[in-house]
Amino acid sequence: MISLAHYIVLGAVLFCIAVAGLFINRKNVIVLLMSLELMLLAVNMNFVAFSRFLGDVSGQVFVFFILTVAAAEAAIGLAILVLLFRTRSTINIADIDSMKG
Amino acid sequence: MQLSTSILLTIALAPLVGCVLAGFLGKFLGRAGSHSVTILGVAVSCALSFYVLYQLTLGGATEYNQNIYTWFQIGPFNASVGFMVDRLTAMMLVVVSFVSLLVHVYTIGYMADDDGYTRFFSYISLFTFSMFMLVMSNNFMQLFFGWEAVGLVSYLLIGFWYKRPTAIFANLKAFLVNRVGDFGFVLGIAAVLYFLGTLDYATAFNGASGLAGQHLQITANTQWDAATVICILLFVGAMGKSAQVPLHVWLPDSMEGPTPISALIHAATMVTAGIFMVARMSPLFEMSSTALSFVLVIGATTALFTGLIGIVQNDIKRVIAYSTLSQLGYMTVALGVSMYSGAVFHLMTHAFFKALLFLGAGSVIIAMHHEQDMRYMGGLRKYMPITWITMWAGSIALVAVPFTSGFYSKDAIIEAVGESHRWGAHYAYFCVMAGVLVTGLYTFRQMYLTFHGKERFTVVANHGHGHHVEHMDDHGHHEQGVMHELPKESPWVVTVPLVLLAIPSLLVGYVTVGPMLFGNWFGNAIHVEEANNVLAEMGQHFHGAMAMALHGFTQLPFLLVLTAFAISTYIYLFNPAVTDKLKSALRPFYQMLNHKYWFDAVYYVVFARGGVALGRGFWKAGDTAVIDDAMVNGSVSLVHRVAATMRRLQSGYLYHYAFAMILGLILLLGGYWLVGSGLAGH
Repeated sequence: MISLAHYIVLGAVLFCIAVAGLFINRKNVIVLLMSLELMLLAVNMNFVAFSRFLGDVSGQVFVFFILTVAAAEAAIGLAILVLLFRTRSTINIADIDSMKG
Repeated sequence: MQLSTSILLTIALAPLVGCVLAGFLGKFLGRAGSHSVTILGVAVSCALSFYVLYQLTLGGATEYNQNIYTWFQIGPFNASVGFMVDRLTAMMLVVVSFVSLLVHVYTIGYMADDDGYTRFFSYISLFTFSMFMLVMSNNFMQLFFGWEAVGLVSYLLIGFWYKRPTAIFANLKAFLVNRVGDFGFVLGIAAVLYFLGTLDYATAFNGASGLAGQHLQITANTQWDAATVICILLFVGAMGKSAQVPLHVWLPDSMEGPTPISALIHAATMVTAGIFMVARMSPLFEMSSTALSFVLVIGATTALFTGLIGIVQNDIKRVIAYSTLSQLGYMTVALGVSMYSGAVFHLMTHAFFKALLFLGAGSVIIAMHHEQDMRYMGGLRKYMPITWITMWAGSIALVAVPFTSGFYSKDAIIEAVGESHRWGAHYAYFCVMAGVLVTGLYTFRQMYLTFHGKERFTVVANHGHGHHVEHMDDHGHHEQGVMHELPKESPWVVTVPLVLLAIPSLLVGYVTVGPMLFGNWFGNAIHVEEANNVLAEMGQHFHGAMAMALHGFTQLPFLLVLTAFAISTYIYLFNPAVTDKLKSALRPFYQMLNHKYWFDAVYYVVFARGGVALGRGFWKAGDTAVIDDAMVNGSVSLVHRVAATMRRLQSGYLYHYAFAMILGLILLLGGYWLVGSGLAGH
């Protein structure tokens, strides 16, 4: 029998992978975006699990909202990425530091 | 019978009208128009002043005391413009207007070549008006108005030749030193208002006896006698205006002004305002013998020690200036021994002979083409006999040869000091007695150097570069002691005032000594406590002016004058080389006198430099360091520094920002968790 704990652990593991991806990855912006998506999915996993075990549908409704927003965010992120590549000819994160104070 | 208000108003306002006309319409009136209108104004005042004096003395008029106009009102305090005219005032009016009139006439000759002719006439008329307001006042407020107004005119006239740096320095100095005195004076007036509740003379003087036993609490254990505080503060004002040690330093420098001004303002009238004021306040001063002792000691010091400086001066005007200081000291000494009428009497005689000496010196200066150094004069008597004779008349009055007016006033003062039992009277007696010798020395020295002996100037007949172009503004660049033509007697506008002043210098004392000193001529205008009344004691031995003068021939002062005459005659007529030997023999003493006891040097270092240093300190420490650097620029640089540190956190790498976000999230959640579990624990 798969208990709630399994789902929560899965979500936590996914989240940690995503965080690790953010830190370990120092090259590719696309991987960065993918890590962010994974982070959102980890959260979604928690929502769905709690929704199922508490018998409250509103958690799953929230997941749809989050997925929609994530899709929009991914679209905008990729568009920015394309523009970034056009202007700077690179998507290497280490080179993108014009915010340095 | 009452004096008419309109006459008194005319006396005060006629010079003001002249001043306004000459000052604002001088360009339209021209030179002749300006001097006519101002002289007319002063002549009207002078004639009416004589009329007022006649009315009060022989016409049986009672003293006039009335408010004419309300100046301003603050709550219950009412400042009025009003006149108090008694015999004291009337005498001052006559002296001021008479000397002023003669100086106006004299100025026509003295300032003939000057560009500021109309301006000058406007100023001296303004001075006359201010002085009238001062002496005719019936309250302290108007007195202060006149006091400051004469100070202002003095400032304007010392700096009359405003292109000369020395003149600007001198007028600023006079103004600043007078501020010191006036500060005391204002405090004195405030103290009068505080203790007596009024600034009206009559009310204040009637209430003066109420000052006894009143105190001013300074600290918990110190309290000062109210009358002493009031009188000393008022006298500090008089010290500034009447140039008493240590506030005397401005008067010698005021000689930068034109000579008619030196005669009118800095010898005859304005500088005696302090003496007049103290005499006017006699009911207050009689309340405090401490204050009178203070007055006495200050006056005695001034009388002797400033006179000594006069012996080493070479500028003809400066000799007379130090003589003025010394004589003001005599007047102050007279005030100090409660001999107010003697002080005022000496004020009057001094006004005549000192104005005469100054105007005579001016006449010499005209003849010498604005050379003032006596070392380049000598033997002038054959070129300008009228000036010579009149100046001798002034000089014998100054050194108090019996029968001259100076004798009656000065000898009476010396005798009164001898009679007085006030604290400090012994010191004062020594000072005034030694002062007689000193007066003789500098006066005869000046006369000999100027009018007698060899001519120490040369005449070069060089009309090539036009000596007439060269006037007082730029007389500095010609060689000293070289003249382009022989000196000659001054025009009649100069000599007539000299003659008219020589007459009262010699005679007025003989006529007036009886009533003014011993005859209670001043009546209620001057109040002397019975215990202090030295004049009453002296009056028992007074048997008329003739007897007093004959008695004077046998007294010590006259012997001192003779000694001074003998010494000066020997040194300056027969053996001039002695002066150099004396100079080197008495070198430290000579240096001390030549540096005027280092008063100027000390004031310059302490107050002038000190003031600058203090200002610089406030500027550097307060303004630049605290406000500019610490507060304004400091807050900027603080922000700058904090930002410089904080910007290091902005690496620009996305993963650093992401890490910061995660870290923040963990801390936030961890904090919630800790707090939550902590609360749950309870």
